[in-house]
Amino acid sequence: MGNSEAIAAAFDGGPAYVPYLVVGDPDYDSSKAYVEALDRGGADVIELGLPFSEPIAEGSTIQEALVRSLDAEMTPDRFFAFAEEVDVDAALVCMTYYNLIYQYGDSEARSASEASGEAASTGPRPFVERAAAAGIEGLVVPDLPGEEADPLREACDEFGLDLVFIVAPTTRGDRLDELMGRVSGYVYVQARLGTTGARDDVSNQTTESLDRLREYDVPKAVGFGISTGEHAERIVAGGADGIIVGSALVDVVADGVENDRSTADVADRLEALSRELKEGAERGYRSRAETVESA
Amino acid sequence: MSETESSTSEVGELSRRPGRERGRDDGKFGRYGGQYVPEALMPAIEELADAYERYVLNNEDGFMDEFRERIADFGGRPTPLQRADRLSERYDTEVYLKREDLLHGGAHKLNNALGQVLLAKYMGKERIIAETGAGQHGTATAMAAAHLDMPCTIYMGERDINRQRPNVFRMKLNGSEVKPVTTGRGTLKEAISETMRDWAETVEDTHYVIGSIVGPHPFPVMVRDFQAIISEEAREQVIERTGGLPTDVVACAGGGSNTMGTFADFVDDESVALHAVEAGGSTLEVDEETGVAPNSASLYTGDEGVLHGARTKLLQDSDGQIMESHSISSGLDYAGVGPELAYLVDEGRVDPVAVDDDAALEGFHRLSNTEGIIPALETAHAFGYLEEHHEELGERVVVNVSGRGDKDLDAAIEETDQRDVANAPDMSMFTGGM
Ligand SMILES: Cc1ncc(COP(=O)(O)O)c(C=O)c1O
Repeated sequence: MGNSEAIAAAFDGGPAYVPYLVVGDPDYDSSKAYVEALDRGGADVIELGLPFSEPIAEGSTIQEALVRSLDAEMTPDRFFAFAEEVDVDAALVCMTYYNLIYQYGDSEARSASEASGEAASTGPRPFVERAAAAGIEGLVVPDLPGEEADPLREACDEFGLDLVFIVAPTTRGDRLDELMGRVSGYVYVQARLGTTGARDDVSNQTTESLDRLREYDVPKAVGFGISTGEHAERIVAGGADGIIVGSALVDVVADGVENDRSTADVADRLEALSRELKEGAERGYRSRAETVESA
Repeated sequence: MSETESSTSEVGELSRRPGRERGRDDGKFGRYGGQYVPEALMPAIEELADAYERYVLNNEDGFMDEFRERIADFGGRPTPLQRADRLSERYDTEVYLKREDLLHGGAHKLNNALGQVLLAKYMGKERIIAETGAGQHGTATAMAAAHLDMPCTIYMGERDINRQRPNVFRMKLNGSEVKPVTTGRGTLKEAISETMRDWAETVEDTHYVIGSIVGPHPFPVMVRDFQAIISEEAREQVIERTGGLPTDVVACAGGGSNTMGTFADFVDDESVALHAVEAGGSTLEVDEETGVAPNSASLYTGDEGVLHGARTKLLQDSDGQIMESHSISSGLDYAGVGPELAYLVDEGRVDPVAVDDDAALEGFHRLSNTEGIIPALETAHAFGYLEEHHEELGERVVVNVSGRGDKDLDAAIEETDQRDVANAPDMSMFTGGM
């Protein structure tokens, strides 16, 4: 189930490695090199963060990255240009907050409506149309729960994008059913409560969440707190179809900024960490296959 | 409608209050409102909506009785409706002051804070968190938490901490932990985001006492209902005093809890004009280049968008990035506003107006030296409006004195020093001692 074939393919026949970086962090050109490094490191889907000024679902690592990007004048239009220019094999997903989606194209709509005298047709459609044209295959919108998502869902179906929802450890019962009825592409399984941020350990809430989701036929990618190959291995061995890694990678970018490292150096580090995460995921997948065989 | 039609018989019908039905079931006010929050918070918000319905609307376990009793005994309600003689003379109209500055803690904020902390208690929550701008909401929450014996953490922007030191001290005196927020410009907007982050982690045993009619459903309706006690009393008091309704009701608007609390029971009285006074800051012009709106007039100049859990009117740039706002008063310094107010403005029911920093400061001095009431800088905007627009108002005006100015004395001295305020006291001979 899903609109994007590229995303479906990414989860087909092996664990998907889904890294996240903020576009424009710390500047447009460096972040292009970084995203391409993730791709070389084995990314199957790349989540590209489009910065919003009030990222309430983000912990301090990503929050600061979003600020760096905004300071470097990232805008939705430059973001789309980036998606068009970046040279990667992985499927691209845009992660951003609803106000940017809702607002995009709104000023045009407003001036047109002022000219015609009719009410402005605001809504998510212009953003999704532009994203599709830029080669974006899906959207993740952390401040948009299923309840408010129908207009965006419709626009995504119209333009062939997947709409990924986050399932939290607190999501149960009817809410879970409803959310899973709206999701497409993959479901983002939030490994623990709270905001994004790398952790030394990954939560055992993950296993519980994966158990609850077993009956739903959608790829399950686990995120929030994964930072090493060993985490990745454990999460995939525990039944995840993919891993999402954000803060640990953004930390590498932040370290480059703090220590004034060259773009090439940071890109190499990102590629190496990506490879470690991807290999960890693959080990986890193999051990799962072996367990199944020996059972 | 003329004054004679609004007879005292309306007092008997007060209990129905149809004006408060708006938004109760689905959190929608026309196109505004809703629940735009991370999925992790949704179950808590549903739990809260359920508790709101049971305890607040249906008085389950006598919740509302206990609230009314505590807001009377601990809070000091009802607050008086006082005739302002000098202002009435100055403006040649009857001016009545609803004295929320006399509520315990010195501002209207306690109505909501006490209501929510008590609700958290009924819900079995173990910990309270809150954000604060002026420190008034934080202070009220800290007091309510101490009164009801709940541990409490309050997030406050660093810039606001510097502007409002007495309130920081008061919160700590009452046993709350105050956490400085350094992101952005360190004002209310950032403090709200930070409190939501804490909540996302602790949602299972923690209640977030949001300080205004903002945020996801059910906060806007619930906060309005707790604050509506202001208009409930004011409406009864003005009818009792004068035999009729006011022609105009004036209140300052930050997030809008003071405004909606003062307007709620007048919304259905179509003869009563409702004026929401926003902070015009230094100018209503926006600096697109720096992303700064040197004002906080989101009703007056804002655009529709989604922030902190609700669709409403916001100060934002053409991409949808939220702008940094400005006001001389930290309690009005916010880029958003409650969805219900946004709706009532679109409907033409509420008149959004802006008063700049200078006029607010004059209002601060005027109320102090004509009536012997030192208002909060937030409240002073309402008096700035009165001075500038009294000729457009009818013959009987109710102004909500949302808070007292003790917390603002440092800021007022500093701001007065920087300007040539005609009606300010001359402090030059005392400078050494200040
Ligand atoms: C005295 C006073 N009045 C008004 C306000 C404005 O807030 P709101 O519009 O949410 O009532 C504040 C906020 O801190 C305040 O302290």
